[in-house]
Amino acid sequence: MNFDKDLDARGLNCPLPILRAKKALTDMQSGQVLRIVSTDVGSVKDFQAFCKQTGNELVSQAEASNEFTFFLKRK
Amino acid sequence: MAVEKICVVVVSGTRERLQMAAMAASVAAVSGMEVTIFLSMNAVPFFIKGASTDAPSEGKFGELMVQKNAPDFKTLFRQAVELGDAKILPCSMALDIAGIDTATLEPYLGEPTGLTRFLDLAQGAQVWTF
Repeated sequence: MNFDKDLDARGLNCPLPILRAKKALTDMQSGQVLRIVSTDVGSVKDFQAFCKQTGNELVSQAEASNEFTFFLKRK
Repeated sequence: MAVEKICVVVVSGTRERLQMAAMAASVAAVSGMEVTIFLSMNAVPFFIKGASTDAPSEGKFGELMVQKNAPDFKTLFRQAVELGDAKILPCSMALDIAGIDTATLEPYLGEPTGLTRFLDLAQGAQVWTF
């Protein structure tokens, strides 16, 4: 999937992946896609809840080798 | 959907409680909730400009957070303001008792606030106390 900005949140614990994602989204335009890679096991449910709360779209999520990859479309 | 209101009351000066308050407040704020943080008692002196964030630990976990380089609570509170439009209001009574001049506080704090005003702000909000 294409993306406009990349956030490497590997090695960061809660709540830093969410805070960094929020900061990254602030600098993006509506419709642009942010890719986030995290190793925090809580981040799957966290990003689902974050998108539900903020209205940004969680386009896809995947897990491989203990890394979680998310694609968020800015609202 | 109506914006959810959260009021976070922080009176503790221990590392674990300050950290948990900062984590909860920052995540709530960046998730679009309307967050107001009321600082009083032992929490206030940490918000003097340049004050150390080396708060005493309540137990083993506080020491582990230092060893693991967890982000300090002031950074998280500041991000709640900068990224989530949270408001951090220092308690006017605590400032008076501790003899702290408002001009010496961190610039991201709001105006000194009394309990009556805070209770007015807290109407209809969830209130979390640390």
